[in-house]
Amino acid sequence: MPLPRTRGTALRQRLAELRGPDVPAKALDARALAALAANPGCARRAILDGAGVNKADLASALGSPSVFGQSQFALTRGNAFEAKVKADGGAELLRLVHEKLDRAAEPPAEARVPDLTASGPQGRTARTELELREATERSGAWTLLDHPMLALDVAGSPAFLEPDAVVVHPDGSWTVVEIKSFPLLDGSADPAKVGAAARQAAVYVLALEEVAARLESSPRVRHRILLVCPRDFSNLPAASAVDIRKQRAVTARQLARLTRIEDIAEELPEGTCFSPELPGEELTAAVESVPAAYAPECLSTCELAFHCRTRSREAGAVTSLGRPVRAELGGLSTVEDVLAAARGETGDPSDPAVAALRRAAALRAEALEAACR
Amino acid sequence: MTTVFDPSAAAGRATDAILHDTLHGTARGVVVDSPPGAGKSTLVVRAALELAEAGHPLMVVAQTNAQVDDLVLRLAEKNPELPVGRLHSSDADPYDKALDDLGNVRKSAKAADLAGLAVVISTAAKWGHVKVDEPWRHAIVDEAYQMRSDALLAVAGLFERALFVGDPGQLDPFSIVGSEQWAGLAYDPSASAVTTLLAHNPDLPQHRLPVSWRLPASAAPLVSDAFYPYTPFRSGTGPGDRGLSFAVPSDGSGPDRVIDEAAVSGWGLLELPARHTPRTDPEAVRAVATVVRRLLDRGGAATSERSPDPSPLTADRVAVGTAHRDQAAAVRAALSELGVTDVVVDTANRLQGREYDVTVVLHPLSGRPDATAFHLETGRLCVLASRHRHACIVVCRAGVSDLLDDYPSTEPVQLGTVVKFPDGWEANHAVLAHLAEHRVPWRP
Amino acid sequence: MSLISTLARLEAVSTGRAQPAATVRHRHLSGRPLVFVPLITAGEAGAPLGALVGTDPDAPRLLAVPQPRDRDLRFAFLAELADVVLPYVDAHAEVVEAAERTETDPETGKRVKVEVDLCADAPQLIVPSRAGIDLVRLLGRSTRFRRTAEQDPEAPYPAPPRVPLLGRWLTHFGERARVPGSSLLLAMTDVLGRHWATGQSTLEDQHLGALLAWIDPPEGASGAEAALRAELERDERGQLTCPPAGPATDPAFDNKLLAPAIERYDRARTALASAEDGLQADDRFGVLTAAEREIRDLVLSRTRPTWDAVWRGLDLLRELPEGAHVEERWTRDRWSFTGHRDRVLAGEPPQPRRDDAVTAANKLATREREQARLEAQEALDDPLVMAGRRLSGEAFAGEVTDVVMAYSEGKRPSPRPLVTIRTDDRPHLGERTKVYRSLGGKPQSAEFVADEEDGAYVVLRVLDKMGRGKEPEPGSVPEKGDRVCFTLFEHEQRGGAKLPDPEETPWTHGGPPGEATLETADPVTEEDLL
Repeated sequence: MPLPRTRGTALRQRLAELRGPDVPAKALDARALAALAANPGCARRAILDGAGVNKADLASALGSPSVFGQSQFALTRGNAFEAKVKADGGAELLRLVHEKLDRAAEPPAEARVPDLTASGPQGRTARTELELREATERSGAWTLLDHPMLALDVAGSPAFLEPDAVVVHPDGSWTVVEIKSFPLLDGSADPAKVGAAARQAAVYVLALEEVAARLESSPRVRHRILLVCPRDFSNLPAASAVDIRKQRAVTARQLARLTRIEDIAEELPEGTCFSPELPGEELTAAVESVPAAYAPECLSTCELAFHCRTRSREAGAVTSLGRPVRAELGGLSTVEDVLAAARGETGDPSDPAVAALRRAAALRAEALEAACR
Repeated sequence: MTTVFDPSAAAGRATDAILHDTLHGTARGVVVDSPPGAGKSTLVVRAALELAEAGHPLMVVAQTNAQVDDLVLRLAEKNPELPVGRLHSSDADPYDKALDDLGNVRKSAKAADLAGLAVVISTAAKWGHVKVDEPWRHAIVDEAYQMRSDALLAVAGLFERALFVGDPGQLDPFSIVGSEQWAGLAYDPSASAVTTLLAHNPDLPQHRLPVSWRLPASAAPLVSDAFYPYTPFRSGTGPGDRGLSFAVPSDGSGPDRVIDEAAVSGWGLLELPARHTPRTDPEAVRAVATVVRRLLDRGGAATSERSPDPSPLTADRVAVGTAHRDQAAAVRAALSELGVTDVVVDTANRLQGREYDVTVVLHPLSGRPDATAFHLETGRLCVLASRHRHACIVVCRAGVSDLLDDYPSTEPVQLGTVVKFPDGWEANHAVLAHLAEHRVPWRP
Repeated sequence: MSLISTLARLEAVSTGRAQPAATVRHRHLSGRPLVFVPLITAGEAGAPLGALVGTDPDAPRLLAVPQPRDRDLRFAFLAELADVVLPYVDAHAEVVEAAERTETDPETGKRVKVEVDLCADAPQLIVPSRAGIDLVRLLGRSTRFRRTAEQDPEAPYPAPPRVPLLGRWLTHFGERARVPGSSLLLAMTDVLGRHWATGQSTLEDQHLGALLAWIDPPEGASGAEAALRAELERDERGQLTCPPAGPATDPAFDNKLLAPAIERYDRARTALASAEDGLQADDRFGVLTAAEREIRDLVLSRTRPTWDAVWRGLDLLRELPEGAHVEERWTRDRWSFTGHRDRVLAGEPPQPRRDDAVTAANKLATREREQARLEAQEALDDPLVMAGRRLSGEAFAGEVTDVVMAYSEGKRPSPRPLVTIRTDDRPHLGERTKVYRSLGGKPQSAEFVADEEDGAYVVLRVLDKMGRGKEPEPGSVPEKGDRVCFTLFEHEQRGGAKLPDPEETPWTHGGPPGEATLETADPVTEEDLL
């Protein structure tokens, strides 16, 4: 449910202050979405993404630069592949959509590919919405929206999203298309990468559903998206329909919870700001004022991970060794507490976690001693 | 529409259709989905008897020795004259000793010894070693959703046609090694037997038993919505048909209040304060044990459609369910400290297919610092929440819904596989939301 | 993660050094492994950029593809790789010893013993990381269906002669690597991670440099410091001082060093092609050679640190004594190798793209059996692994405090002694639970009878391995004062169900797959990448 206007405005204002003067909000890109999926419970990530802070810049300013880079080879190849898929007015792309998702429809002989250029993200979003409306009302035809811009209400402020393509079917329904450069080899692809693409597409579906709800005809946004990848070892496109209902449900819930960033923002000290222009110490203090829930999975999804890892290790948090480590440790959460309990120096022996630790320590010592003999 | 739902008639129609397809149909297979307590065993026994009586030699495949023995006993109960073969392994104690008292049951470790009997029953594992020259005309495959595709591959050559019966909502079969390389193939050996069967034979008749005779009216809608969203079922009894009352009044403690709540509404959630705990959380374990002790001490009486007189809630009508074996062991220890020794305490895996009046469940996510796929598996929660005829009491630490919300959803996706519904995460939320309405805070 | 390995990791954090996760080596190491350190081009499905490969730590063979998009250069790379890998494989294929195998006699249907050749040793391929194993599979998949000019004179882009055979072997290595406990193809990070617990997460252990930093930190540095340097330290050119173990490269390397070098190479090639006379061609050829050398040097600079790290890892692993059952598992690898050798010699076609239903089920069954075998054998070979099983209630150890002779009932009473064991362990024993101990390498079984004093004493009835007589053979029954260790898991694995032959695939699984057809080669197009 959207927040009342006034509160929304106040929050937007507050988030702008957090970014710093004249710092534009960063779109919620694929990486931010992946970070959300990998660690939805992290307040630090939530507030930074919610406020549109550029976490890569922030990480550099904190002295723990992010390690995400892109090889120009990958970039060139990705762009070339996408261009190939969308060549000839998207003929091949639409053929794949028809074949994989909507065989009952008339094959796409010719399709509209409206021009979506406009100034600024707001302009492009408006333009996209206009074209979506028009394409939906013009039933019986195929329309390809190449790089549309969508806005998703995240905690009262719009986050901008740019799917690779959205296709409007002759029946007026919409399909999200994701074009990736990992291969589809003998019909299967790297499951981790497909999973990430599915979660990303789920966010686009949610954003499209917001648009659809505003249209009179309330068109259907399809919950099977089209994933297009290079086939085997060629750069010919191959496609697979991916059911994203699960990812959609989970992401919807996580995004709904992002409204909590209002609460997080309220907890912050007056004048907190994450501008990379600030002196290092001040910036570090600002970042430290929001708790993080660091886990090693963050390393592959969040720009701030190395900063948070250092802090987590300094604090001796056992989760810096991985989430599953905590499973059998009960209430013990630091390395020193666990080791002290295992050595019998602290801890209540009637606590099963402590008892199990001591047994584990004794068994381990016995085994190592046996091996030395 | 104001048509009154007649559960007996609906169930009868379903059974008739199933038996018709099995006895007179032309398809090589018939698939029956059976939700918890919908009379799966009754159906299997009836189908077996009708096939046998029609003169069709029949082989029956079940998944565990306990299931096999149980079926043999049920068949003998219905028709003591029927010649039944129990094919067993060559291990020590391969079958239930109770079978020795049945005159018409022949037992052997060799299939040849049982040739010619009307019905031969064994586990899938044992059937996998049997060779025959002439396949059986008919087979019944029980608990087919818990059977792996490769196990069906090993036995499918033994029969010409088969009735496949099972509960799609219970725990899926699993493999101890990775099987990703076959994901998406119709015959993925680690998939369930029914998945493979239907992928290759999509036109087989599929039926569903629409009525749960076990679950009370208070439980069927929740279990159906949360775990069978696309194949709903109803309870066979109405809201007033079952009753649970206690002679000894509540002492006002948490356990007594949650018992009273569950007696009235069918559900109770005894909520302990939020805390991260080891699996064998002593407080939660003690709470479970105390609830059981009080259930037995308070002179419970259950009334149901089965008999006009209330039947006492004795220890054999109560069970405790946990996710892990060490939790079950801890609960057993706590119970024996309270002097309770004859209440069944077991994991979800072992409680599959069993039925009690009241169950007490230690929530799989209670006190956990993390949620893993194991703990979120829909089947586990479904089994735990669907063993009872009257009431289910869940003991749990607060904070599970926050844990679920913080649970990262970075599951890999295999192309070409059918997305399994419901999702564990969603089902857990649905159950928790429902339980929250029957929440009683822990107070010793 | 078991509490014992959690503790080891936490101790590693607090001591600054990796801690033992095993007391013996659980994988076979060949005396002469073939180490393969490949690099690929970013964004393209496994298009090779180069590799170091060889059996001599001091003399790796450097392979490089100066322009990864050029099919001829890629084929040249694969041909060179085949020149290294195939002679290494062949050398093992030639030396055989006599062995027995049980086969089904096609006429009688009975199981009979036949004498066959078994390769005396098998090749062993070592890659730096798990991604390297995936690349071995991918290279196998991309090359085994290729057609050579000899096979098919019409093939539009014929592959060099031995490349399809290389693909079949790489595929075999890749498939075998999925079998638990096998050692034909190993990833160094996996093997090191099996034997040491570091003070970082298993995700971070995937970085070979960081993993080694914890296991064997340089003088004066803690594992954490050394690992951090391995992960992040860059030189003045912005390059990682410890390059990723591949096959993917660091984007900064691609963008700053590799891309300009490839561009220079391309320019030199174009210039050479347009040379107008011999003299100009000579000059331009010199420029091209220099450009190629530059790329080879770049590939070497990115692979050599990893190459050295893999050998250092091998040295560290060799310091551990080999587990008692490792040899037996390696024999299975030798059977697997011999089997594939025979299939190749018999002229069988390459492995199909997809397994049929029966093959898939057989593979899964084998792997599950091998997994169970591996778990049991590792526990029997290594007290630290057994400690984990004892902690989880799947085994118990203790001292025998009492032995009471008892006998079975029946016409010929056999010994069934009752043995009482004092233990601190808390095994999950139920009524008549079967337990096993290793007696001269063979499992002896017993059953649980009772426990006393809250589990402090366990009474067992010994069931077998006591000989045929009325009195047990000497040494076959534990004696008072003996230290014994019983497991609840079986030590040896039973065979699973017999699956039908593929041509007997039942209707439930789609029926017989039909006549085996030779898999066609992948269609080749102008823009192929591999």
